[in-house]
Amino acid sequence: MMQTSVQSSHTLPGLNNLLSRYAEGMMWLARYSERIENLARLLEVTEGFVRGPDGQTGWDSIIQINSDETPFYALHTEATEANVVAFYVTEMANPNSIKSMAHAMRENARAVRPLISTEMWTHLNMFTRWVLELQFSDIRQHSLSSICNRLKQDCQTHYGVTEGTLYRDQAWLFYQLGKQLERSDQITRLIDIRYHTLLPTGEKAGSEIDSTQWASILRSAAAYHAFWRIQPIATTPANVVGFLLKNDGFPRSLAVCLEVFDSTLSVLAGHNSLRRLCGPIQERVAYLRVTLQDQTADDMIIRGLHEYMQWIQTQIAHIQNDIAQAFWPPVALVESSQTQVQQ
Amino acid sequence: MTNTQIQAPVSAASLFEDYQVPDYFCELTNRTGPLPPRLAHIQKRLDQYSLTELRHRAAAAEAQLDRHGITFTVYSDSKAIDRILPFDLVPRVITAEEWDHVERGVQQRVKALNLFLHDIYHERAILRDGIVPSELVLTNPNYCQAMVGLKVPGGVYVHINGTDLIRDQSGRFLVLEDNARTPSGVSYVIENRHMMLRLMPDLASGLPLRSVDDYGQKLRESLCQVAPEGVTDPQVVLLSPGIYNSAYFEHVFLAREMGVPLVEGKDLTVENHRVYMRTIAGLRPVHAIYRRLNDDFLDPLVFNPNSMLGVPGLVEAYRRGNVTLANALGTGVADDKAVYAYMPRIIRYYLGEDPILDSVETHICAEPEGLAYTLANMHKLVIKPVGESGGYGLLIGPHASQAELDEFRSLLHANPANYISQPVINLSVSPTLCEDGLEARHVDLRPFALTGRSTWVLPGGLSRVALRKGSLVVNSSQGGGSKDTWVLAS
Repeated sequence: MMQTSVQSSHTLPGLNNLLSRYAEGMMWLARYSERIENLARLLEVTEGFVRGPDGQTGWDSIIQINSDETPFYALHTEATEANVVAFYVTEMANPNSIKSMAHAMRENARAVRPLISTEMWTHLNMFTRWVLELQFSDIRQHSLSSICNRLKQDCQTHYGVTEGTLYRDQAWLFYQLGKQLERSDQITRLIDIRYHTLLPTGEKAGSEIDSTQWASILRSAAAYHAFWRIQPIATTPANVVGFLLKNDGFPRSLAVCLEVFDSTLSVLAGHNSLRRLCGPIQERVAYLRVTLQDQTADDMIIRGLHEYMQWIQTQIAHIQNDIAQAFWPPVALVESSQTQVQQ
Repeated sequence: MTNTQIQAPVSAASLFEDYQVPDYFCELTNRTGPLPPRLAHIQKRLDQYSLTELRHRAAAAEAQLDRHGITFTVYSDSKAIDRILPFDLVPRVITAEEWDHVERGVQQRVKALNLFLHDIYHERAILRDGIVPSELVLTNPNYCQAMVGLKVPGGVYVHINGTDLIRDQSGRFLVLEDNARTPSGVSYVIENRHMMLRLMPDLASGLPLRSVDDYGQKLRESLCQVAPEGVTDPQVVLLSPGIYNSAYFEHVFLAREMGVPLVEGKDLTVENHRVYMRTIAGLRPVHAIYRRLNDDFLDPLVFNPNSMLGVPGLVEAYRRGNVTLANALGTGVADDKAVYAYMPRIIRYYLGEDPILDSVETHICAEPEGLAYTLANMHKLVIKPVGESGGYGLLIGPHASQAELDEFRSLLHANPANYISQPVINLSVSPTLCEDGLEARHVDLRPFALTGRSTWVLPGGLSRVALRKGSLVVNSSQGGGSKDTWVLAS
């Protein structure tokens, strides 16, 4: 048995069986990076909205989008700009603050450091250290948008270095899965802003609405110019939503993220020993993609965009959970069903 | 240098002009005989740098270490601080002849250590013949019952050994101690070389330096050679306590150099007395483990039951010959500071040869005459607790205050068996970049030896330098730094 099990998996060149802990670390490294980038985008677009004569209103929308009412109001009494920014950028008491996530990103990076390239580590090391040293007073000094810009840029640099240097084995596949899954989740949250602040109930999906606000959403998703290249007629909510969810050329659209996710999963399933484990996850993703293809943006708005976004977010959580169960099952579970060893 | 004439007169002074070496052997400038031509050449090259230039490069080195996160973690007052090991960019140079001597000496010592370990876990001939006191071995806390009667592949217990060497006033190499458990520091040997070639390419250019780059591959080969019998393509892993361990950087470094997975205890499991790692495709067999975890933490079923770092059942799998552990369990009895005193006799006993490398004269306080001598000469001795490492808990007599001497006197009376003493050796020095320019600082040397079917010694080793003026303690946890170690091929 010893001999036969040493077949050490040369099914595909350079692809060996990744340690479960590494797979988990790669996936979360990518997710945290993407999540930091998107939170920076959200903060920027929120700041854009509330800047105006009426001042402070609007900062609570970001709390709602992230369903953070309970933790936020445990720490603060009022959703002022200062409180919300502190909560989302520098407060370690909030596990979803940029600082907390940079900490988590760093821990994951340290765990997978044996796998990632030196260039990746060096950048991650300096980037996460900068974030961990950020103080609220720095934000006052440098303005929120310049901090957000640096965060975005560093996350993108991280991805660029990764794309250019990480060896393409299973570790890379899990990194991609994490990245695309998080992007999918985040684009639905960005769209949800609209539900909270842009289109008060009663207004119709097809009506021309406050174009500067929608433009700022497009801008924060880096979609503004692409949108105008293909959709020059009108900035209706349906057009914007359709672009961000269904467009098949925009790299942050839900359709593209799910497509890349799906094809990455197929590569993984191409490894003999993993086919069976990938099956149920592929089915769930396929179903999600069908619901997206079968509806127009108008349908989605009529049926309730907010509800659909929440449903997608739930599906994404299920997918993450499926992946965890398949590839890094809790130890207790493995011990009790040890059949795969005794061939 | 084209801009020599515009430099201020101060920096025109040569680097070595004020360099002084009172009464010590200097690795670069002051030898007992005439200076070997290569060393004179290197010194001359160094002398062409201005102090300012050297400082610029030193700052660049520090920035690089910081960026790369080449750190070790120091724990004090429940705080964890990531520190870089200060790097001094003046290399420590070893000539080909000197290295030949050191290499043979280390190989001989490793051979004797392995024969000694085999003996004390089997026939115990050396104890019966009264060469080493039985109680010193059999009641030693590091003597491992699980190893008694166990046959290990190739008879190798110490696969990775670090021998701490110092040089006295005459330049004679002396063994200070053996590190036969989980010696650390080899990553710095390799990183220091890379740093050196990046920052001082002009200094190294054209010199016949022995390479240090193949350590990882040699280590992997050695481990494959001692994998369980019948395994043709062994899966090697490095077992680390994890990201919070002070030497995690080194574990990562070595796993990468070897091209093997770095695992933590929770990544491994034992089924039917075989070891597996948890992969995304289920459990996969593991055949050889380079473990950077102390014996006590390896297997909660056998040792510390509270250890969360180890793997339940690992020791039984090992005892059944299904997995190789490097180093073996229970090697700590061989590098014990009390056993150290017997090493010259151990070498003669097994090999019928004189030790190639001398030891430091050692007084064993467990023995009445050793204790009496130590108490009478405290002010000129170094007194060391036998169980400690990392330079902790020792007394350097000549530098100690009366209060410290008194404290150690009562410690010695209370528990004499816990201490050994040695004369203070005037450690050799090496020119080191300090506040006021190049100054003499004490250095030691830890060569690393790998043993599979045979013993290979990485050319050079870790040169640690005591950065504080006059200090003899080179340990990284106590303000030491390190240097690149150059072994000349000719």
